[in-house]
Order: sequence, then structure tokens, then C-alpha cells
Amino acid sequence: MSDLMKVSSNPHVRSRVTTSNIMLAVVIALLPAAGFGIYNFGLDALILILITVAACVLTELIYEKAMRKKVTIGDFSAVVTGLLLALNLPSTAPWWIGVIGGVFAILVVKMLFGGLGQNFMNPALGARCFLLISYTSIMCNFECDAYTGATPLASLKAGESVNLLNMVIGRIGGTIGETSMIAIVIGACLLILLGIIDLRIPGSYIVAFVLFLILFGGHGFDPAFITAHLAGGGLMLGAFFMATDYVTRPVTKKGQYLYGVILGLLTGIFRIFGPSAEGVSYAIILGNLMVPLIEKITMPKAFGKGGERA
Amino acid sequence: MKQNSISERLINGLIKENPTFVLMLGMCPTLAVTTSAVNGLGMGLTTMVVLALSNMFISLLRKVIPDKVRIPAFIVVIASFVTVVELLLKAFIPFLYAALGLYIPLIVVNCIILGRAEAYASKNDVVSSLFDGIGMGLGFTCALTIIGAVRELLGAGQVFGVNVMPASYVPCSIFVLAPGAFFVLAVLTAIQNKVKLEGEKKGKDMSKIQSGCNSDCMNCKESGCSRRMFDESATKAKEELEVIEITEENDLPDVNTEKEEKNND
Repeated sequence: MSDLMKVSSNPHVRSRVTTSNIMLAVVIALLPAAGFGIYNFGLDALILILITVAACVLTELIYEKAMRKKVTIGDFSAVVTGLLLALNLPSTAPWWIGVIGGVFAILVVKMLFGGLGQNFMNPALGARCFLLISYTSIMCNFECDAYTGATPLASLKAGESVNLLNMVIGRIGGTIGETSMIAIVIGACLLILLGIIDLRIPGSYIVAFVLFLILFGGHGFDPAFITAHLAGGGLMLGAFFMATDYVTRPVTKKGQYLYGVILGLLTGIFRIFGPSAEGVSYAIILGNLMVPLIEKITMPKAFGKGGERA
Repeated sequence: MKQNSISERLINGLIKENPTFVLMLGMCPTLAVTTSAVNGLGMGLTTMVVLALSNMFISLLRKVIPDKVRIPAFIVVIASFVTVVELLLKAFIPFLYAALGLYIPLIVVNCIILGRAEAYASKNDVVSSLFDGIGMGLGFTCALTIIGAVRELLGAGQVFGVNVMPASYVPCSIFVLAPGAFFVLAVLTAIQNKVKLEGEKKGKDMSKIQSGCNSDCMNCKESGCSRRMFDESATKAKEELEVIEITEENDLPDVNTEKEEKNND
């Protein structure tokens, strides 16, 4: 109550939206994708998710205790990071991959730069790329009981045909959370309805990517090819949950459109011209690094400054 | 400890002004060749040889080299020694030559060597310059070997090519790639700074392991300090101007030697 009593002269509206509310909503929105991953890949996936989330939360707690800082695990941001990271791991990964990834995400990418709000790169994606470079064979081992062989994107790149329905539903190989387009879109709709994310970044991302595919994909306007590219790999998860990360996206509206377009182009370049089949994580990380520049060129002019007529 | 004595110079290079962890010089070879402890050691020793010899020769020639063309003159001296070392490595330690590759000719432009020539050897006597070079070279060697050992340990599970990690250890190969160099260097520098700050907080005399610099170059007697050259060149330019204004005959080397004597007091 005492906080509410400190009122300055202007009328102030107190919003109920807090960091922990937003993060909790993101966690809930990720649950369909996580649930489908567990259904798809079995108990291994559940255990890996729990270990990764625990590693993230514990790292944040231990770091803040050791540095005698305010403990911020109550804002659920570490849970979101852990969950996102786990959804980006293959279910066959051993438990210590989750621990190393969680520690790297929280300690190096987030805490060393000053904690939530100060990190210049999405912690989950930073850790995923760290693991991908360090343990390439483990991170690309998508074989499990249900599915063996290459991911649909890899076979698509090799010129083979893929089963579109399975790709949209998610009954394919891949990382735990990326396979089901439907589950991810359900979660994303929830976030959009709650007003936590909007369509600026995901929309411009996907539109730019589709345009790139039509122009350079080598198939022209081929709906099956485009759908396969949208449903396969981490594009949906990246566009709705990682590109829209509050900390690492541009704050200006124009900047957000530009950011989405850049991500779409980079993803297209990596997927079509790059050596590997997937490129969403590298695209978003490179996009994160460009955010300060994007904000600089899209800074709105203050009222009364500039304009055509002086 | 006496200024410019042999042991003072060695400790200064090794710890107080460690070129890698304190002065942050020579980052290019530090980051590029430390993929294993052996490479780090080889690079460090090669640089040390060049550094000691070039420091010695530049100190010998310091009265002869005209002030205005001193940088090209230093480079000629350094490049000669680098060529000698490169040919020797190629003939006698070919595996190291193959591992270091392009980075051996690049020792010519290593800023530690040029920095010591400019900040120390061109102003001090031959023996202290030689040991300044050896001290700095040892500091560089130690730093590179430590960074190389950590990267090799985490990235390949080995140190100096010997397996030390348990067989179940899966190497984290990012550490032998470029990003790992940045991680290891940053963490080692942070640990060193932490030790210094903790010691200062407890009121210990940390002047033995760090250059207790308050950025007060005017009242500082540390003539070998590499930060100092900015201020010194500014005062030198001012003095130069005054000298030219008052007596147009006075030549520069005299001003330098006078100043040096003052510093050595």
C-alpha cells in the first residue's frame, strides 16, 4: 500500500502488466509447443526441458546470490529462456547439454551484460548457437524412436519430396519445440490476443521470407514448397517467440518492420544459399546485433524538430 | 625495487604490465594462434626473441635514429630480426612454422614490439632495454601459453597434446575456434582484475603486482610506462615549440637527454 501512496501531481495510471505477468504469459503460450514436443518425442523431451529450465533458474539464483544482487528469478524470465532453449534442443541430447546451454545463456549472454533488459542478444538463441558450434553432431542428431533420418528441411534441400500434412501437424523430426506449426501458432495467437506481442515483427519476417523464397527459391510461386519452408525448421518458433523478445527487438515501429524484413532476408539467404538447411537462429542473432543501428536510423523526430518546412 | 634494474624489468613485464592481460597489446596473435598450449608457447617465445633483440638494438641506436623517422627505423630493425627468426623456424622447427603460418611475418607489426621500442628502448640504456624485452616477452609467452592451455583443455580435452580429461569428456569445440579465444581471454583478464581489486580493498600493497597508475603522468617517475608516451609527446611538442621560439639553434636530442636524466633521478 505504501507504494501506492507516493503520488506526484499528475494523474498516473498504474498498469497491471508487470514483467512477471508477461513472462508467465509467454511460458503458458509456449506450453502447447512443449506439450506437443513431449507427445512427439516421449519422456526424454520432458526430462530435457525440466533440466534446462532448472539450470537457467539455478544459474540466475546462484549468480545473484554470489554477487549479492537482488534475486530476480521471480520474474520468470529465466524460465522463459530455459524453456525456449529446451525447445531448441533435439530430444536425443544428453542432460548435460541442457545444463551447459542454460548456464551459458544466463551467465554469459544475460547476467554478464547486466541482467534482464541489458542483454543485446536473445540468451536462448545465443546458447543454442554456442551449443551448435561446440557440439555439432549432438545438436544435429534428430533421430529418435519415432522418426529417423533427415529433417524435412534437409530433405527439401536435397530435392526430395516431403509430407506437408505431417509437417504442419508436427509429426516430423527436429528439435523438441519447433516441429508443430499448429501448436506454435496456437501459443502465438494467445500472446497476440493478450497484446503481449503484435504482428509487426513476425508478419514482416514471414512476408519477407516468402517473397525471398518466391524470387530465389528456385521453385517460383509453388505453395507446397513455401508451406514446407514455413512449417519446417524453427521459423515459426523463431518468428513468434524469439524475434519478438522485448529486450532484443527494436523499440520503434518502423524499426520493427525493418528488423522483420532483415530477419526474413537473412533466413532466406541461409536456407537457400547456405551450406546447412536451417538458418533461423543465426538470422535472429545477427538481427539482434543490428538492432542498435536499426533504432538509430528509425528514431522518430521530436515534435517541432525538423520537417520539410522550417 | 630499484627502477630499471634487471629484476624490476622482468617482473614489470611478467606481472605489473603484462602485455596481454594489463596493457591489452598484441591481441591479434593472442586470439589467433592460441588454439593449443604448444602454439601459444611457440608464438610467445618467437616474439620474445624478436622483442629482446630489437629492444637491444634500438636502444643501441637510439642516439643515431632521428626523432622524425624513428618509427620506420624501428620497423626496419624489427623486420630484420623477424626475417631471421622466420628462416630459423622454417629450418629447425618446421611443425611450429606450419602451425603459426602467417602470424610469424606479422610479428613485425606486433604492437608490443613497436610499443616497447617507442616507450622504453628508445629512451633507456641497453641492458635495461634488453631485460625489458625479455620481461615483456616472458609475460606474453606466459599469457599465450595459459590461454592456449585453457582452450586446448576445454576444446580438445588435452594440454600440450596429453589427454588429461576423463574419456567421457566431450570436447567443447567452440574453444578451439575464434569465439573461444575471446571467452578465455576475457575470463582470465577478469580474474586478474578481481584479484587486484580484492587485494586493494583489503588494504594490501598491490603495487608489487600492478602498475599503481593514477593517470598522473606529470608526477610519475615510471619512465617505461607505455601509457606515458601520450602525455610525454604532448609536453615534448610544447617544449619543442618553445625551444624553437626562443633559441632557434637548439636541437632536439639534447632536450630528450635532459629530460631523461630528470626522469632517472
